[in-house]
Amino acid sequence: MSMEAFYIILTGALVAGSAALLGSFLVLRKMAMLGDAISHAVLPGIVIAFLISGHRESLSLLIGAAASGLLATFLIELLHRKARLQEDASIGISFTWLFAIGVLLISAYTGQVDLDQECVLYGEIAYVPLDQISLGSLGSGPRPTLIAGGLFVLSLSYVIISFKGLKLLSFNEDYAKSLGVRTQLWHFSFMAMVSLVTVLAFEIVGAILIVALLVVPAATAYLLSRSLIPMLVLAVVLGALASFGGYYLAVALNGSIAGGMVSLAGALMLITVLVLRFQKAKANPKALK
Amino acid sequence: MEELSIWWTDSSLWLVAAGTFLLSVSAAVVGSFTFLQKRSLVGDAVAHSILPGLALAFLISGTKDPWWLLLGALISGWLSLMVMDYLSRRTKLSQDTAIASVLSVFFGLGILLLTYIQNQASGHQSGLDQFMFGQAAAMSKQDLWVYMGLSMLLIAISILFYKEFKLISFNPDFAVSIGLPVRLLRILQNSLMVLAIALGIQAVGVVLMAALLITPSAAARSYTDRLRSMILIASLIAGVSALIGTAISFSAPGMPTGPWIVMGLSVIALISLFLAPNKGILSRVLLQRRNQRKISDENVLKAFYHFGERQGTLAKWMELEDLNKVREFRLEELQAALKRLLRKGHLLRQGGRYQFSRAGLDEARRIVRLHRLWEMYLTTRLRLKSDHIHPIAETMEHIITPEIEAQLLEDLDYPEKDPHQSPIPYQS
Repeated sequence: MSMEAFYIILTGALVAGSAALLGSFLVLRKMAMLGDAISHAVLPGIVIAFLISGHRESLSLLIGAAASGLLATFLIELLHRKARLQEDASIGISFTWLFAIGVLLISAYTGQVDLDQECVLYGEIAYVPLDQISLGSLGSGPRPTLIAGGLFVLSLSYVIISFKGLKLLSFNEDYAKSLGVRTQLWHFSFMAMVSLVTVLAFEIVGAILIVALLVVPAATAYLLSRSLIPMLVLAVVLGALASFGGYYLAVALNGSIAGGMVSLAGALMLITVLVLRFQKAKANPKALK
Repeated sequence: MEELSIWWTDSSLWLVAAGTFLLSVSAAVVGSFTFLQKRSLVGDAVAHSILPGLALAFLISGTKDPWWLLLGALISGWLSLMVMDYLSRRTKLSQDTAIASVLSVFFGLGILLLTYIQNQASGHQSGLDQFMFGQAAAMSKQDLWVYMGLSMLLIAISILFYKEFKLISFNPDFAVSIGLPVRLLRILQNSLMVLAIALGIQAVGVVLMAALLITPSAAARSYTDRLRSMILIASLIAGVSALIGTAISFSAPGMPTGPWIVMGLSVIALISLFLAPNKGILSRVLLQRRNQRKISDENVLKAFYHFGERQGTLAKWMELEDLNKVREFRLEELQAALKRLLRKGHLLRQGGRYQFSRAGLDEARRIVRLHRLWEMYLTTRLRLKSDHIHPIAETMEHIITPEIEAQLLEDLDYPEKDPHQSPIPYQS
């Protein structure tokens, strides 16, 4: 394995791992499509932050993304509650509109921002090794890898610290409320973490494929496990596996690495579903018909 | 101005405009049912899932022939529908997770194939990336004719099966009970949806296709409760937005068509959802405020009446403190209501004291009468205990119409007293 391949796979695995940890709770809480909506809706904020600050400094990106993410949530609530529009349509309208604004801004300012449609669609994980940053006496490393590492540590500590709250929230929200757990607090901190992962992963795998990393390994792990902790561990492992295999798949096809990662994650899910079906058929041949 | 004159003279631009118009209208017609069946997000997933089908069709056929691409799109669109259905029904995954997984995995696979094609020497000019965000101007004449023909076919089938689709959208159980082949109709409807999406992506691209499917209907829904007019309005909105998008993408080369069409759609939809008469947010808020004012006006009149009743005379100047002995009001609410009542001529004022006018007294009597009539009705007809009925009557007094009042009076035979033995006031 070359050094470049190592950095790319490591970055992919760290991002996929963070996404899998939080995505597991999205899957359990039946909120997977909300992850999709958020990842589309943050685009205009990110582009505007680019335009204003002129560079890819993570903090301004975060502020921009948070602003447009909040706008999206506000819009969805407004349409759903005040205009009495059904929820799926409220979500659909809000995020397609915001995403369209983002794409238009990118097309209008092509050349002025270091951002293009390809980056939005499938990220730039291939360029990870090029973006080196010096760490003083520790030597140097690629900036995105370091960010992804920080993100993973942050996600992991968040899940460990709020494990009890998240668990209650996911499995029995009403019971949690009756125990006096502050569900709103856990809900908002959780959504903030999901948004954070979405924004930081944006540059690496693009706005649309991040949903795959949030949902697919988590869903596969959910199918395979019976309790929460094994599910979380398995989801992270599957995410890392997708990064590893996806890189080589993409290299073999000379295609997008992010696309390869997602395809591999999907293949793992497909195998899981088929194996489960096969087992079920073996255990109870009549149940299928 | 030069750009404008190109518009007028170049006939191929007209053809493209007509093409995007028809594509968008057919998507809006089919999408109306998607919207009503609350399957907007399924539509979104199918749109994303069409990408690998397009790429594979190109890889296998080596051409951008529209029939090949449509075939690929239809197969992968249908496949995605079946996988979503299987995942949400046969595994323990929720529908939401199934949709998100299928959407993102198919799209990822599409991206992988697309970049593979683009990185090959021969595929560099394939222009498949126009399917991502739509590039109306890139469509060739022959392709346009194919797409336009199919769009018209879609619209025609939707009109032909209008009644059946309406029934399975609103009441599938009833449709089964009268012997309609609901399964077949659903398959037909799904095929129409996949085809509409496969066609629509020529104009707006896969990423934003969901908007073309549902946004027009959502906007149209705020103007009407009838399906037929909803579909017509939705088609109009979609058509206008398509023309706007095409025009802009022609005058600014390099601008993708899709986001502009979606921009047009969303702006029209947001304006409609805010400003539509009756169902818009604004008119809902106004209606609510009007009702609140009416209720608080009526409550103030009623309080004056009760106080007068206790004093034994209604022709008396009353002070504001007197009101608080009967009922507690918030100060601002009370002052606003008094102002309105003075303006309407229901109250007269002298210094800080108030008295009923003739019209005001009649109005106060009407409200008290309705309250007490309703209490009578609840005790005599519904046999509720007399200590349970006050809060219910408190709400109903503001709602009862003159027609219901007449019926109540007749039904209860013009009672003299209410269950608490207070007199029921009639017009003097």
